[in-house]
Amino acid sequence: MTTSAVLARGLGLASLALGVPQVAAPDRFAEAVGAQPTPQARDLTIGIGIRELSAAAGLLTRGSSPTWLWSRVAGDVMDLVLLGRALRGGARGRTVAATVAVAGLTAVDLRAARRSGRGRPPTSSSAPSASGAASAPGPSASSSSSSSSGSDLELTAAVTVARSPQEVYDFWRGLERLPSFMWHLQSVEWVGEGRTRWTAQAPVKKSVTWEAELVEDVPGEVIAWRSLPGADIDNSGSVRFREAPAGRGTEVRVHIRYALPGGRAGALVARLAGEEPHQQVEDDLRRFKQVIETGAVVRSEGSPEGPSARRQLLQHPGSPSAGT
Amino acid sequence: MKATCWMGRNTVEVVDVPDPKILDERDAIIRITSTAICGSDLHLYDGYVPEMKRGDILGHEFMGEVVETGKGVGNLSVGDRVVVPFPIACGACEQCRNGMTSVCENSNPNSGMAEKLWGHATSGIFGYSHLTGGFAGGQAEYARVPFADVGPMKVPSSLTDEQVLFLTDVFPTGYMGAEMCDISPGDTVAIWGAGPVGQFAAASAALLGAHRVVVIDRFDYRLDIVARHTGAQTLNYEQVDVRDALQEITAGRGPDAVIDCVGLEAHHPNAALHTYDRVKQATRAESDRGHSLRQMITSVRNGGVVSIVGVYGGFVDKFPIGSLMNRSLTVRTGQTHVHRYQHGLLARIERGEIDPSFIVTHRASLSDAPAMYETFKNKRDDCLKVVLTP
Repeated sequence: MTTSAVLARGLGLASLALGVPQVAAPDRFAEAVGAQPTPQARDLTIGIGIRELSAAAGLLTRGSSPTWLWSRVAGDVMDLVLLGRALRGGARGRTVAATVAVAGLTAVDLRAARRSGRGRPPTSSSAPSASGAASAPGPSASSSSSSSSGSDLELTAAVTVARSPQEVYDFWRGLERLPSFMWHLQSVEWVGEGRTRWTAQAPVKKSVTWEAELVEDVPGEVIAWRSLPGADIDNSGSVRFREAPAGRGTEVRVHIRYALPGGRAGALVARLAGEEPHQQVEDDLRRFKQVIETGAVVRSEGSPEGPSARRQLLQHPGSPSAGT
Repeated sequence: MKATCWMGRNTVEVVDVPDPKILDERDAIIRITSTAICGSDLHLYDGYVPEMKRGDILGHEFMGEVVETGKGVGNLSVGDRVVVPFPIACGACEQCRNGMTSVCENSNPNSGMAEKLWGHATSGIFGYSHLTGGFAGGQAEYARVPFADVGPMKVPSSLTDEQVLFLTDVFPTGYMGAEMCDISPGDTVAIWGAGPVGQFAAASAALLGAHRVVVIDRFDYRLDIVARHTGAQTLNYEQVDVRDALQEITAGRGPDAVIDCVGLEAHHPNAALHTYDRVKQATRAESDRGHSLRQMITSVRNGGVVSIVGVYGGFVDKFPIGSLMNRSLTVRTGQTHVHRYQHGLLARIERGEIDPSFIVTHRASLSDAPAMYETFKNKRDDCLKVVLTP
């Protein structure tokens, strides 16, 4: 880690340390810096706390990005103005102490921001990518990752299932069964000559359709496909099957590529894939393993639809409801 | 139906909820005749297990009568009397086929959530937080049992509910704790905790041929029960130095194996040391209190086995890895693979080798669950085990 990255991280942690009490206990915080505990001061403190938390999030995830460092300097100036006003009344001793502390922080922030600015103007922050988010461990007995290079979104994921390569191949080769575990798909139909028509969910209750052809099909080993010209979303993919060591079943490795031409189709793909495309592929494979090993997607009262990253954030209570 | 729901820290309520329905063809619906409060339910009650939701039905030790089956459940009929293992297992994945049903690869629909905390997920568990699937529990009038063709075991009418109910969890858990010790003739096994699991660990260590069993707790009434029913020697850790006493008993060798039947809410006889961990836990600087675990590790003999069946959730501070590594210790642990043990233990009950009903101290109606949680938590009225009947 470079010195400036360490500094940015330290400042991020400082923002976090300030932001949490400001939001969680605004009255006590205001009192601690010598401000009058008025409703106005309370709202202001919460606002400043939210600012600090967003700065913390920016600094801790984006490192020494000049934008975030300059935002801290701007925040410091704002704090100094507010503290200057507070100096006119209330607990002056505390306010003076707080002002000295903020002035010190401002100096550190300015130094960090100026260093980060060298050779990298604040406007040119690098484009965000989906790849940085793939830090969470993959599903049990499986792994996944995503990366975007150029205008393509590439997703890979793997799972081990307790079946022979031929059985797993046969299950997957019945492509019309894919929607039973790939939830963004509505249907896959064979339309003759090794071609399939895919229908997937799209925003605002519409659906998109494309045709695809098999480009590789080796029983027990691999199925690969690509969309045909004219598709709304140019995409291709493969699924490879390999016998796992010593009776551990079959290793299933999925590789999917979406072309992201940007604009409407790009947005569509993003929605199709969810906020975390690699999570969706992970979920697809968890459900695939459940379907092939147990016969169905496994559902609980908390996750009535079965495994889904989105549902895990919004669990139902573990109790039968009118819905389940 | 009536169900015992977690409504927040230290609050359970018996409320009316919709009856469960078959969701999958491998489900069965059980009308519950007996259900128990587990010591691990107290970890949920006390708020130490993450990912609980208000309204979650508690309970993973339950038995009853089959009232409905999905068409994929060929082995059960309406009217069968069954006990239900607390882990939910598909029976088909590699772990299940190897008998490791509590780490079933398919039965936890929230495995992604558990992976963030533990790296890999466990099986689903009834009524035991959303980390283990968000399944409704069995402290209720009815329960939906997924993979009913794998888990529920029919029990003979010659045995009472109280004789077979503990096959759902605490008897196999104590048994697995003892089995993992690989007991050889002449072995001394020391067990921390004389709660229901510790009682069965002591009984099982004796069944498996331990030369001597020593049980450690701070409640004399619990130590009296374990001495009376299993023949174990007992130590009250508030009255004696446990390590010194174990050295004395084993003439300086230390016990050959130690079993943790305490888990994440351990106590320490020294108030200052207890407070240290309690404060760290309250401020979330650690999630689990490690007093018992630390003492177990430093007490066991060189080359001995540390068997952990008490429940932990996250992280323990001051873990004595140096003692563990340098002294050639072996750690064995896990949520209980109940499916692996239930038939053999039922046979032992039928043969009269053990009558598990000796742990029951309190019997109450399901509607008394809130009061019984308090009684059990605070060890009032010499409480060791509560059985509720809907």
